[in-house]
Amino acid sequence: MGRYVIRRLLQMVPVFIGSTFLIFFMVYALGDPVAALFGDKAPDPATAARIREDLHLDEPLWKQYLLYMGAIFQGDFGTAFNGQPVTELMASAFPVTLRLTLVAIVIEIVVGITLGVVSGLKRGRPLDTGLLVLTLVVISVPTFVSGYLLQFLFGVKWGWVRPSVSSEARLDELILPGVVLALVSLAYVTRLSRTSIAENVRADYVRTAVAKGLPRHRVITRHLLRNSLIPVVTFIGADIGALMGGAIVTERIFNIHGVGYQLYQGILRNNAPTVVGFVTILVIVFLVANLLVDLLYAVLDPRIRYA
Amino acid sequence: MTTIDKKTSATSAPLLEVRDLHVEFHTRDGVAKAINGVSYSVDAGETLAVLGESGSGKSVTAQAIMGILDMPPGRIPKGEILFHGEDMLKMSAEERRKIRGRRIAMIFQDALSALNPVLSVGYQLGEMYRVHLGLSRKEAKARAIELMDRVKIPAAAARVNDYPHQFSGGMRQRIMIAMAMALEPDLIIADEPTTALDVTVQAQVMDLLAELQREENMGLILITHDLGVVADVADKIAVMYAGRIVEQSPIHDLYKRPAHPYTRGLLDSIPRLDQKGQELYAIKGLPPNLMKIPTGCAFNPRCPKATDICRTEVPALVSVTEQDGGELPGRGSACHFWKETIHG
Repeated sequence: MGRYVIRRLLQMVPVFIGSTFLIFFMVYALGDPVAALFGDKAPDPATAARIREDLHLDEPLWKQYLLYMGAIFQGDFGTAFNGQPVTELMASAFPVTLRLTLVAIVIEIVVGITLGVVSGLKRGRPLDTGLLVLTLVVISVPTFVSGYLLQFLFGVKWGWVRPSVSSEARLDELILPGVVLALVSLAYVTRLSRTSIAENVRADYVRTAVAKGLPRHRVITRHLLRNSLIPVVTFIGADIGALMGGAIVTERIFNIHGVGYQLYQGILRNNAPTVVGFVTILVIVFLVANLLVDLLYAVLDPRIRYA
Repeated sequence: MTTIDKKTSATSAPLLEVRDLHVEFHTRDGVAKAINGVSYSVDAGETLAVLGESGSGKSVTAQAIMGILDMPPGRIPKGEILFHGEDMLKMSAEERRKIRGRRIAMIFQDALSALNPVLSVGYQLGEMYRVHLGLSRKEAKARAIELMDRVKIPAAAARVNDYPHQFSGGMRQRIMIAMAMALEPDLIIADEPTTALDVTVQAQVMDLLAELQREENMGLILITHDLGVVADVADKIAVMYAGRIVEQSPIHDLYKRPAHPYTRGLLDSIPRLDQKGQELYAIKGLPPNLMKIPTGCAFNPRCPKATDICRTEVPALVSVTEQDGGELPGRGSACHFWKETIHG
């Protein structure tokens, strides 16, 4: 197990270098950050040249990348155009997004798995068919539609919640945005656990559990659910990374100043240090989440042993 | 909880008696009549072998007794299953659950798929004690180790936390047996317990089962399609075909003198060393489609002796006697021509 973790951590190194270099290449090579810095005004050539030298923009790309990586490992993610260190932006953005992701994941797990289990146990009945149609609708509707719709209904028309989230982004304010963010994944979790349950409910070991005289709830929770959740856990684990980085639309709709919001601003203004810095962190989140899922897999299914 | 009266039936009713049981499955393609009037009984300490091909209804009968049929699509339109004289089909779901595992236990064919792959065998064995007797996790584990010792699994204490896939096929089946034995039930139903095993291991597992049955004086229903397996352990045998019992008999009589052409066909198709080199006999044709069971005797399309009456009239299970009318206790055949078959 220990050796497996070390090997996986080592495998992360090339993936990390490759993906960050790609981002670095795209952001720095495809636009001129100095021109972007001056906005619409044309920069004074001498000033521009000085900035380029300060920021090592006159160096070849590979050298820029090495310098950047070297700085990152000393905790220096550079400075955004407004003079704020990128780390400061991160410190304000990541906790907000983390809270939003947490709300979304909890909703996804609790609601998604519950619906999936109910649906799977009632396969072919009206309830199951209804849920299948409903999830299909949810999957088909883009987030910006469902987001604005729910915001309008709950926030404006009925006034149950405030339509936009305050800068503190407290947990209770994040419930509606969390639902919006979770919606599509929730539909997938429902379908995934439904299929898994419906498949396993006919398994021999479930029949054995019934033949042992176990009460129905015990058959379902201890025997059926435990086996059926293995693929669902994999999906949810991979989804954590996607939710953290993919909250751009949701965060914009509800005016949440999290990772998605900062990334959006960064891309809009061609603000290279912000974009590269945030994406780098997201790459790490993805890699770690995937490793954790694989390790969890072995915990859930003893037939899988890593060596 | 612990004072459920066990083995206290003072009446003379058999341990288990199935009476005129019918089971059908409603599917999209029609109604499959899996069981069409099966009756048999088992006493304490007795072993009944139920023999038949796939689809003959032998497993469905067992599932109906256990109460683990999928209903729907399954349905029991008619029949009684008397356990200590009480009809289990009239009991509430909760009453039946309490009988399952505790007083009637079942051993399944393929232990690898019948055991939960993600739970340790100790947990799965201990669960019987925790749920039915309310023992603590720790006590249940200690009892699980005792059980594993009892079914002769080496180093039980060291292996109690292992998972099913870490055991060999024979050891896994021993665990299945241990699970069935856990609460010392009155009756065990073993559904092809040795089919998935190597021949050498088959005998060991069968011996173990027979030994435990003797010690506990349990009733045993042994479901099999293998005539060789049952010869040494069963007291009596019921041969099933298309959801009916076609012949029943004390075990050794059946081998000597079958009273139904189907049984004869089964016996003739056992490979024998003294007929090495000759072509092996096989019953021609296939078992019937349960949605379209032939009229008359269900076996008539495959029967070498079939005549017109076999195609129109369903033969009843009648007592079989000696040629001079002398009684043959326990013997019955559902063939219009049982006399010719047994004596001819």
